[in-house]
Amino acid sequence: MENLLSIVTFIPLVAAIILALFLRGEDAAAQMAAKRVSLITTVVVFLISIAIYVKFDTSQSGFQMVEDHAWLGGFRYKVGVDGISVLFVLLTTFLMPLVIGASWKVTHRVKEYMIAFLILETLMIAVFTALDLVLFYVVFEAGLIPMFLVIGIWGGKERIYASFKFFLYTLLGSVLMLIAVVAMYLQAGTTDIPTLLAFKFSSTPIHLLGFTIAGGAQTLMFLAFFASFAVKLPMWPVHTWLPDAHVQAPTAGSVILASILLKMGGYGFLRFSLPMFPVASDLLAGFVMWLSVIAIIYTSLVALMQEDMKKLVAYSSVAHMGYVTIGIFAANQQGVDGAIFQMVSHGFVAGALFLVVGVVYDRMHTREIDAYGGLTVRMPRYALIFMFFTMANVGLPGTSGFVGEFLTLVGTFKANTWVAFFAASGMIFSASYALWLYRRVMFGDLIKESLKSITDMTARERWIFAPLVAMTLLLGLYPSVVLDIVSPSVEALLHGYNTALAGADTLVHLAQN
Amino acid sequence: METVILFGPLLGALIAGFGHRLLGERLAITLATLLLFLSAALSWWVFLTFDGQTQHIPIMRWIESGSLSVDWSIRLDRLTAIMLVVVTTVSSLVHLYSVGYMKDDPQFPKGESYTPRFFAYLGFFTFAMLALVTSDNLLQMYFGWEGVGVASYLLIGFYYRKPSANAAAIKAFVVNRVGDFGFAIGIFALFYLVDGINFSDVFAAGPKLAETQFHFLWMDVNAVEMVTFFLFIGAMGKSAQLFLHTWLPDAMEGPTPVSALIHAATMVTAGVFLVSRMSPLFEFAPGTLAFVTVIGATTAFIAASIGLVQNDIKRVIAYSTMSQLGYMFAAAGVGVYQAAMFHLFTHAFFKAMLFLGAGSVITAMHHEQDMRAYGNLRKKIPITFWAMIIGTLAITGVGIPTSLMKFGDIPIGFAGFLSKDSIIESTYAAGTGVGQYAWVMLVLAAAMTAFYSWRLIFMTFYGPEKGDKHAHEHAHESGWVMTVPLIVLAIGATLAGMLWYGDFVGAGSQAFFGNSVFTGAENEVLHRAHHVPELIASAPFFAMLVGFVLAWIFYIRAPKIPAALAGQFNVLYRLLLNKYYFDEIYDFVFTQNAKRLGHFLWKRGDGSVIDGTINGVALGLVPRVTRLAHRLQSGYVYHYALATVLGLVGLLTWMSISAGAN
Repeated sequence: MENLLSIVTFIPLVAAIILALFLRGEDAAAQMAAKRVSLITTVVVFLISIAIYVKFDTSQSGFQMVEDHAWLGGFRYKVGVDGISVLFVLLTTFLMPLVIGASWKVTHRVKEYMIAFLILETLMIAVFTALDLVLFYVVFEAGLIPMFLVIGIWGGKERIYASFKFFLYTLLGSVLMLIAVVAMYLQAGTTDIPTLLAFKFSSTPIHLLGFTIAGGAQTLMFLAFFASFAVKLPMWPVHTWLPDAHVQAPTAGSVILASILLKMGGYGFLRFSLPMFPVASDLLAGFVMWLSVIAIIYTSLVALMQEDMKKLVAYSSVAHMGYVTIGIFAANQQGVDGAIFQMVSHGFVAGALFLVVGVVYDRMHTREIDAYGGLTVRMPRYALIFMFFTMANVGLPGTSGFVGEFLTLVGTFKANTWVAFFAASGMIFSASYALWLYRRVMFGDLIKESLKSITDMTARERWIFAPLVAMTLLLGLYPSVVLDIVSPSVEALLHGYNTALAGADTLVHLAQN
Repeated sequence: METVILFGPLLGALIAGFGHRLLGERLAITLATLLLFLSAALSWWVFLTFDGQTQHIPIMRWIESGSLSVDWSIRLDRLTAIMLVVVTTVSSLVHLYSVGYMKDDPQFPKGESYTPRFFAYLGFFTFAMLALVTSDNLLQMYFGWEGVGVASYLLIGFYYRKPSANAAAIKAFVVNRVGDFGFAIGIFALFYLVDGINFSDVFAAGPKLAETQFHFLWMDVNAVEMVTFFLFIGAMGKSAQLFLHTWLPDAMEGPTPVSALIHAATMVTAGVFLVSRMSPLFEFAPGTLAFVTVIGATTAFIAASIGLVQNDIKRVIAYSTMSQLGYMFAAAGVGVYQAAMFHLFTHAFFKAMLFLGAGSVITAMHHEQDMRAYGNLRKKIPITFWAMIIGTLAITGVGIPTSLMKFGDIPIGFAGFLSKDSIIESTYAAGTGVGQYAWVMLVLAAAMTAFYSWRLIFMTFYGPEKGDKHAHEHAHESGWVMTVPLIVLAIGATLAGMLWYGDFVGAGSQAFFGNSVFTGAENEVLHRAHHVPELIASAPFFAMLVGFVLAWIFYIRAPKIPAALAGQFNVLYRLLLNKYYFDEIYDFVFTQNAKRLGHFLWKRGDGSVIDGTINGVALGLVPRVTRLAHRLQSGYVYHYALATVLGLVGLLTWMSISAGAN
């Protein structure tokens, strides 16, 4: 199994091609076949990906399972994983079968739908395994296409507006990032990520039109990457595409969007910004942290006032991503460990919350909070699941949501007490909006006529939630399953980061003398 | 054994919550209750045989990240042992009581299964509370801390059809989160300063932290003062101290056994436990300790004053709880953690009993909670009546003044008499300004305690029958599952004080607590408390008498007086009746503004400013493309896709060429 990563990456693509070439017709049988093929494929991919977990050597901090082949025009197909990326690969393969399962009721252009998701899986895995800058850029951007399609074709009433907004935002980021990619290539002469990680990009201040840009080229490249990752994550104030995209996306699309696509932003910061542009990261850490704090408080307050269940969860996502960025830019062990943990945890919890919304949406075809009330009466199982993930979302200790928030804040407190203080206040807000949502949907007497015949979760739905509940608890009670994998790589990353900063300091001092 | 104590209730919760379909409701509930009694029996065994040696029992790794390393584990010392007994005793009795109380609850329609859920919550609460008190580090404590918060939230909102119960549940959780926010900041700061949050590391760092200054927000603060202050914010939330207290009276929306267990005997005392547990830090923080005393004493006074005029039987007891918690903090604030723990211990018995007694009254009166609809119930529910009398004698502090008679070294009286008087004497013996302030407040509160407690008794059990005739005719004593817990707790309320006085605050205190409570070298308050002047020592006794006599005059002798006084001092009366308008002020200042701000940020911030700017930037492009999009229906997305792919191809080509050029 020398090419384990490639196997996991390309099986979904192969399945998608098979579906595209060989499946004909739109009748029920063909639809069922498409669903079954996709489900089996994603389950198989997940089972194979367990081998990655088993094979992964936690005592090593570098890249493992590396494959390196020549590719287009002198560029290379080079993939591998380290402690920072491997969990995202696993998160992706873990969630895909659940997402396919949650799409069982789709009836419109099922084959194309499944193809879009299978291709998406290949691209998402490739984003986290790519060890070549061009390969990364290609799959990073290409991943948007299936998502556009999913929102644009299987989305809600205003899908046009939403996918357009999604496109516009990400386009801005892409263009700037592309320029930075080119600049990096010109400076370093390679697109090999391990080599780039060791390369010291210039941080000599640049004088431009009378302005001095501290951190020089690093700062410019950092900002270019930042534009792309900040939109992806998303950070305030470039977050407004997310609520619209979520609201319009079908349930499965929302789950993928929240659980994995957003994580690409955080992953990007860790893979590129921090290690490759340490001087710039250090210079701009305060700026990024304050944006994150604003995001936490601002979006929490906005979430409080939402009338649409999905929008509320979407805003809550933005707030939770705020912890990720403060943790990363706290640039210490707890902060970065916590940020990665928070991303993984959010993958389960936010994904589950979108599925929770999906359960009632499938029944009532509305996400309007006011259309519900008193569901506990008829849906006790659903009430339990919803409550569980609500508590995980507010970061209750014992669930995975707590560990990430706690570690990032502990790390942040070391770096900046102001930021930690305000970010921690998000604990209060999250409790407010999450419990208020729960109350309006689940509690009270069931008086609305339309809800009188609503049914509790089916066996299929329960099987989708069971693994998510298990993971949320496992990560909350025994987070070492994640932290043991993450910590060595993070330690190495921070070691390099601090060495680079110390080196840069000495240079500055030398120059001043 | 400690592991069995800890996980027994959790197992019970799981059996009740998930096993009831398989086992049947009755069996599942019985098993859960039996498991609790097992826990209680083992706890008493641990408490009585504890040898003073602190034990650490590891369970499992938890969070490890860099120098941060926290395990799931049990720390067993005297403080833990005391709390184990308190928690499991009250919890097991409440389980038993609930078997009767929760049967045929009229809040639920026939056929809806709700008792297993109730017992699952109770069991989960007990587990979380035990995790809190057995913790060996601040983080597991925080786990328990938030865990009991969730259990409390679920149980307050147990009658989920009732809007007021739902509102109360959210309020309890959110207000507690404000406290938890403080607690969390305290933990962050401790980790930053000490590089560890296990108790052994933290306690060892006390003296060093006292000398450390660090920069927090805009100020340079003393490390230990800052840490203890924020930890105390957490304690204020959980223990419903002034400014973070508004959730506790509303929490009475929950079923009455819940009020007895969570909102009287155990969870709300977690704050007192926290301060005592962290005494190795608090002892180095005179500033925080003074703050603790002032908040505690003021809370004791304010809450008692509100209790004077409330008419809902459970609310009276709720304010009484808040007031008694204030006493405990006042004691901890002057450095007499032993007295605080003593009162916590005795209070658990008599307050749980008062609540369960109130529950019995409420059941007898068809779920009527307004005392103005009671009266003359003493003959109809005699066991409840006598239990309530004992509870009242205990809480008001009835006993023989020590100057008159003592049994050896031990004063003679009901449980509350010994523990409360130790607190009041301690505040005086502290010999500080805040100590004296606390002494005055607590003595006044003692008088008010006697007044409202006897008022409750007189309105409920004496005088003419008021309210619904039908309810009075059918009032009858509860079954044995409800009266047995009352009797057991009544015995505790009578004897617990005298039995353990010597250990907690008497001559055996040092040996009893060992090193579980730390007192600074010059802290001799407890010792001095035994030698306060006689007049000072008997002040609470006379205050209690005054309260009793006034209550008797107002509600037995001349029942017209209260109404006349309320008319005459209308402003004061309304101020008290409306609880000093805390709820209204908070709603106006915080809730409404948060909502308004949220709405503003959403519509103006996200809508006008951010989206507006982006639309503005793309002004020429947007309308044209959307029009195009409309014309092309949903097919337009392919254009984006195509555009992106074309872009990528272009990029690759360009880079391939430039790579060749290099």
